[in-house]
Formats: sequence, structure tokens, C-alpha cells
Amino acid sequence: MTLREIKELLDAEVLVGYDQLDKEIKTAFGADLMSDVLAFAKAGSLLLTGLTNPQVIRTSDVLDIAAIIMVRGKRPSPETLRLAEELLIPVLTTKYILFETAGKLYAKGIVGCMERVDDERAFS
Amino acid sequence: MAAWKGLTTNVLSHETAIYENSFPVEGGTYENAGHVSSQIKALLKRMKISKEVVRRAALVTYESEINICSYARSGKIVLRVTPEHVTIEAIDEGQGIVDIELAMQEGYSTATDRIREMGFGAGMGLCNIKNFSDFFRITSEIGKGTHLKMVIRIDKDFDGI
Repeated sequence: MTLREIKELLDAEVLVGYDQLDKEIKTAFGADLMSDVLAFAKAGSLLLTGLTNPQVIRTSDVLDIAAIIMVRGKRPSPETLRLAEELLIPVLTTKYILFETAGKLYAKGIVGCMERVDDERAFS
Repeated sequence: MAAWKGLTTNVLSHETAIYENSFPVEGGTYENAGHVSSQIKALLKRMKISKEVVRRAALVTYESEINICSYARSGKIVLRVTPEHVTIEAIDEGQGIVDIELAMQEGYSTATDRIREMGFGAGMGLCNIKNFSDFFRITSEIGKGTHLKMVIRIDKDFDGI
């Protein structure tokens, strides 16, 4: 799915990254805990979260997250948006709750970046 | 106190650094938290190092940087790149860690509410650092500070998470 299709599906508003809506997304990860995002999210995934502080953007940059969807109608501070613009990370906001957001995406073929945490835990 | 993973002797000293720099990190504030990690990530990218190595290096740097911002008075991150390894050291002046074995346990945390509000402090940081490094060593002195050393092999294919 493209980010543009995801935007339509979630009735989302694009806050940063209008020029990146053709990005292809295949996997996603949802969490409000950045420590878990760092442990489990994979490069190129969509991040679904209810957190809006600048660390969400930093975490996404470190992990090469494709785009961030802020759920439950959350709107980030100007500081967070500035950082997203600087690091070229698309940020969208949707009024759907996390569960509904994940369900809608899953029904359209987006899968989790892993199924279980004991899958593929191929650390060196 | 100390804990480590991988190499226990310094086999890296014979390698000539192609890049070496130290980046100061402010303790006790999140204002610039992650700034050094973004900088280091961009630097490594420019050196044409593989995406996976850059990602792992950025990740361990970021967790270390968050730790300095969360727990230390001040600190620095030292990056050293040789043709074979990326070495990152996080050195801080702070309270130190009383029980390293306990601190290394997944889920154990001494984080304040403020740290948790930022989405951290779930007791995953040091575990993540250890898991994403090929070599990891932590030493700490109470009342003085903590020293982390992480080494990532450049030649190694890593297809984990």
C-alpha cells in the first residue's frame, strides 16, 4: 500500500511529508513505548503510536521508520514537527484509535513487522 | 563493576581509525536527546557503510544517549571507525550503577515518571545495546559514572531485527 492509500483509508491528515506519499508500505509496528519500538520495529515499517514528543521522531530516524501515524487524534508539538521536517520523516494524524488503525491496515494486507517477539529474534 | 559480551581483550587497537570524534551529551535534559545519534548516523551513512551496520550503530548510540540524558550529569559519545569495526563509547559523569547484573536484566528500571513519559524507562535499554552489539562492555563506579563500549563488525551480515 502506498502512504497515500493509507492516508485515505485512515482519513488521516498529513502533517509532514506531502512529497513522500508514494512511499510503499508493507509492514507496521504499533506501540507507545519507544524502548519496545527500538527493540522490535524493523526498517521500512510504519509506526503507529499515541506518543507525540520529539523522541518519537528520533527513534524513527534511528530505525529508518518509513512514516509515523499518530493515533487517537494526537497532534505533535511544533518542535516535534520541525524535527520530522529536518529528518524527512512523514507524520500523519488519524482520529481512529490504535486498535482500529491497526485493524484497518491489517485488513488491507499490511502485516506486523513480526508476529511474536520470540520469532526471528536473530540477534548476533 | 563490569559486564561484557564478546571479545574481552582489545584486539582493535592495531586497526587504524579512518574516523574518530567525540560528541558531548548534555545530562539531565531531553532538549537535544538523540541529536548525537542522528549526527553519527548521517556520518556513517556518508562513509558508505552498510545500512544494517549503520542502523545498529545508530540504535546503540541512541539508547546510550538517552541513558546519559536520563541519568547522568554530563557525558560524551566517542565514535571510532576502522575499516572493520564501528566502535562507540558512551562515557558519563553521574551516579553510576549500583548493581550492573540487575541493570542488565530485561524489565529492570530505575526510571522516573518523566523518563517514562518520553516512552523510555522500560528496562530495555542496556539489553537492546547488548543485543545489537557484537562486543559490549559496561563498567560503572558509584558516584562517578558509567562507561559503555560497543563494537559492531562492518563485514558481518546481520539480518536480525
